[in-house]
Amino acid sequence: MSRKPFVRPVSKTGWWLKHPRYMRYMSREVTCIPIGAFALLMVCALERLSKGQAAYDAFIAAIQGPLSVLGLIIVLVFALHNATSWFNVTPKALPVQMGEEFLAGKYIIGAHYAVWIVASLIVLFFAGVL
Amino acid sequence: MAKSNKPIFWSLFAAGGTLAAFLAPVLALLFLLTALGHPPALLTYANLHAFASHWMGKIFLLGVITLFLWHAAHRLRVTVHDFGLRQDGLVAIVVYLIAAVGTALSALYLIRI
Repeated sequence: MSRKPFVRPVSKTGWWLKHPRYMRYMSREVTCIPIGAFALLMVCALERLSKGQAAYDAFIAAIQGPLSVLGLIIVLVFALHNATSWFNVTPKALPVQMGEEFLAGKYIIGAHYAVWIVASLIVLFFAGVL
Repeated sequence: MAKSNKPIFWSLFAAGGTLAAFLAPVLALLFLLTALGHPPALLTYANLHAFASHWMGKIFLLGVITLFLWHAAHRLRVTVHDFGLRQDGLVAIVVYLIAAVGTALSALYLIRI
């Protein structure tokens, strides 16, 4: 056994800055913060909704303004990043075997994007935006 | 055989991540339009109240909100570890507790509507 074992110093907090791949990993992981905050905002919306029209209308008025716009743009960007990164690994998570071969990843990813677009359009239509 | 509760939290993470992938961007867009002063028709009191009054609307809202919460909670637990905070037991309790309280409150508010 070596008397002077080499221990490569690795920063506990900053290791992910060392390589673009680590940074991409972290960029996917931190999407949970805006998504979680958005879920809590929806819990607040339900609370206001259950308290009646005056409370709910005050909530809708309160979430208007530049700070809310900025916050929700952040939520939207991170939600899009979660969506694309989630769908792009579906061939690994849900491989489809056909006989001896595996279905090409582009079809599995493409199917997810297609469902995503249709689902989003349905929500926009149902919400009265389209 | 050693038992682990990991499959429960991981399956909630995976289900929530999938649901968030499909629905979080468009739902965030609805709220962004509201913040910009153009609330979609669904987010007016009368329409959202009618939607949340129906049992299918309640199930949809509870499913979306709670799965988003459990997804975010589990991923945040791992992310906090990755940022160098090595207190996994405590972090797990905090994040899952927030998700559990959010779930219970959402159910309570939906029952009251």
